[in-house]
Amino acid sequence: MPFYPSVMIILFTASLLLEKAILVVVLFLITLGVAAYATLGERKVAAAIQDRIGPDRTGPFGILQPIADGVKFFMKEDFMPNSAERWLYILAPGAFMFVACMTGAVIPWGTELTLFGRPIPLQIADLNIGILYILAFTSLGVYGVMVGGWASNNKYSLYSAIRASAQMISYELAMGLALIAVIMLTGTLSLREMAQQQAGFNWNVWYQPLGFLIFFVCALAECNRAPFDMAECETELIGGYHTEYSSMKLGFFLFAEYINMFIACAVIATVYFGGYQFPGVDPSWLGGLMGPIVMFAKTFFFIFVFMWIRWTLPRFRYDQLMQLGWKTLVPLALANMLLTGAGVLLFEK
Amino acid sequence: MQPLTNRSKVVVNKEMNFWERLYLPAVFKGMWVTLKHFVRTVLKGSATVRYPEQKRPFAPVWRGWHVLKRDEQGRERCTACGLCAVACPAEAITMVAAERKKGEEHLYREEKYAAVYEINMLRCIFCGLCEEACPKEAIFLTDRIVPADYVRQNFIFGKDLLLEGVEPEKRIDVSKRQKHLTEAALSQS
Repeated sequence: MPFYPSVMIILFTASLLLEKAILVVVLFLITLGVAAYATLGERKVAAAIQDRIGPDRTGPFGILQPIADGVKFFMKEDFMPNSAERWLYILAPGAFMFVACMTGAVIPWGTELTLFGRPIPLQIADLNIGILYILAFTSLGVYGVMVGGWASNNKYSLYSAIRASAQMISYELAMGLALIAVIMLTGTLSLREMAQQQAGFNWNVWYQPLGFLIFFVCALAECNRAPFDMAECETELIGGYHTEYSSMKLGFFLFAEYINMFIACAVIATVYFGGYQFPGVDPSWLGGLMGPIVMFAKTFFFIFVFMWIRWTLPRFRYDQLMQLGWKTLVPLALANMLLTGAGVLLFEK
Repeated sequence: MQPLTNRSKVVVNKEMNFWERLYLPAVFKGMWVTLKHFVRTVLKGSATVRYPEQKRPFAPVWRGWHVLKRDEQGRERCTACGLCAVACPAEAITMVAAERKKGEEHLYREEKYAAVYEINMLRCIFCGLCEEACPKEAIFLTDRIVPADYVRQNFIFGKDLLLEGVEPEKRIDVSKRQKHLTEAALSQS
């Protein structure tokens, strides 16, 4: 049988491709589902914080609200200003959405799922530079905002886009510096290895409380969430960078922000809070489903915290925002890096 | 200048101290406040109600959509004396009086009645002077809200919208309002 080995390789590759394709589709659907229901969750949390009931007209407890919103977005007139830069105007929401969906690929959602006798790692790509991949793609998110704001040919959109990109670039710096401390501590750039090292209660947040705080604040800013929602600024800049957008193009922008929030919370959970690990819980329970359950529980908790913050704090003024970013967070992150480096040198050698 | 209230505050542009510049204590304080509201709403229900299904009771002082009452035998109480129209500060009430014919005794209580009785709901200020002026206890303001409309003409409510029905189930209960009015009158005298 001279063909036997090559047939095996082809079969193996094909099954691997199939497995990954299924995983990609499942993760994509979960991401969209979580983002859709995060919009409902956001409104429900806001309502509860403001002593209200919130949306409850569509189905029991308003459970069909995201679907109704989606239908509404599709039925709206898809208006485009005459003076808009046609292709960039169309491209921007798509690019923003695409970038938002891409980041979920390197996050380890669990250890392994055993299906039909073969172990399936619950991660689409275990990149050895996973954390850099995430930083790279969140940086690309600026393009969606900037291009969208510029292509609409509206001065308010442009103002907002410039403010948003300035904010995102400034806070990316402190975010990267906070992450470097974690990388020094764990000695790896792979998110799966980071999650594995935090078995039990050995979470990175106990070693990096300041780093976590900096990262968390920067994650809020990266997601354009209040108190850093410079991109939207609905009170002074009409609707921010998507003023001229309508219909599902606007829906894409809003939706992608929720996807970003979901991914940001997943990254926080993975890097600082042990990912799929929880003390007393083995992620391989329930045939490997326990890992994703723990991971999603942590992610949802942080999504709640994001919403909680949004409905508590007013927006920072632009100068306060820049001051906080450059004069507080960056020096703090540098000091944190220095301390971590000293600690690693002292205790691990 | 003498202050009107003692609640005015002098603006002090003082520098923020270290803890204030950290923002975090203030942030946590704010988050504690919102968390308390969140937990209370989740556990004890919200402060608002599911409106069209669930309505809050109106206070007896509420003055809304007027009703022209009938007596126990279903006869219109209004005798078109015009005192309500005279009392009305907004001049919202107009009426045309008519004489009761023979055989109409089951319809009208007095010998004179209002053939046309109109209140312009856009002029009405819902002050309740008409019910105070009425010697026949024929007009009352109820706890019904005047519905919105697109056309001004539709806000001129005639007898079709003001007069209550003859059947017991179509009668409009004003006993709460009556009680309130009597108590108010007693306390004034």
